[in-house]
Amino acid sequence: MAVDENLKIELGKQGIIVTSIQELYNWGRRSSVWPMQFGLACCAIEMIATTMARYDMARFGAEVFRPSPRQADMMIISGTVTKKMAPQVVRLYNQMAEPRYVIAMGACAISGGPFKQGYNVLKGIDRYIPVDVHIPGCPPRPEALLQALMTLQKKIDGQTLTGPDRPRHLDRDAQGEFPVPHQGEHDLEPTSNKGVWPVPITIK
Amino acid sequence: MLLSPYFSLAVLFVVALGFGLTPLALAWLWARVFSPSKPNAIKNAIYECGLESKGDAWVQFRSAYYLYGIIFLIFDVEAVFLLPFAVAFSGLGVAACLAMLVFVLMLVEGLAWAWAKGALTWA
Repeated sequence: MAVDENLKIELGKQGIIVTSIQELYNWGRRSSVWPMQFGLACCAIEMIATTMARYDMARFGAEVFRPSPRQADMMIISGTVTKKMAPQVVRLYNQMAEPRYVIAMGACAISGGPFKQGYNVLKGIDRYIPVDVHIPGCPPRPEALLQALMTLQKKIDGQTLTGPDRPRHLDRDAQGEFPVPHQGEHDLEPTSNKGVWPVPITIK
Repeated sequence: MLLSPYFSLAVLFVVALGFGLTPLALAWLWARVFSPSKPNAIKNAIYECGLESKGDAWVQFRSAYYLYGIIFLIFDVEAVFLLPFAVAFSGLGVAACLAMLVFVLMLVEGLAWAWAKGALTWA
């Protein structure tokens, strides 16, 4: 039973705030998204620059970068994910406590990027874990990372507490464990996680 | 009951208890209604920078610590006996002082033995 937006604005002008539990919960969660200290390659340099003085990310609540996945809300995959590192990335994602979000920063994390032909490059981390925000760029500017954070905040704002489209962490039956790939003879096994990445159909 | 001098204390006690227990109860309710816990094997695994941790985390206990525990115990018991004597010895006779002196000398002999044995050097 949400209050009409215009009524809210009018009441706000008079100094009366009307809110709901869902809004409060989402506001608390989006205003303090703590990232995990996780930088892989060049995009990590831009991520570090975003946390520093000029493009301060702490203003948005992403203040402390937690070294432990248990205390982090968000993982910024910044840099090329090699096939050797991929199992560790997926295991770290599994070890994060829910609610958890993933930002794929840069072309390499989205799809392999400029090193797509490499034998050891994983063609995008969204083969194994669900990604919430993708940032194109090589590397994306710190302002782009800030916009990604704001997009993530908007996404968190729109999440509901109950109902069929509630987020994964509120749903007991939603997938909580994403299988960790292991290095097989020629490639990672499995090459992608079912349900996370739709395998493209080759049309000959 | 309202006239009892401890009534305000009782009120304070109940309020303090509620102050501590209410957030816990609310958290438990929230977990039950909205946010169920979803543990799984990998989530509960030991964190080792994304790797699988192998083997035990138990290290060998350094047995030299026990010596210091024993020496502390002996001198702690001695102190327990010395303290009441120290406050009351001015009212006791010479015999009591001599008995206490014998007791202290016996324990000093124990300290000298430990010292000579080299138990007090951390090597």
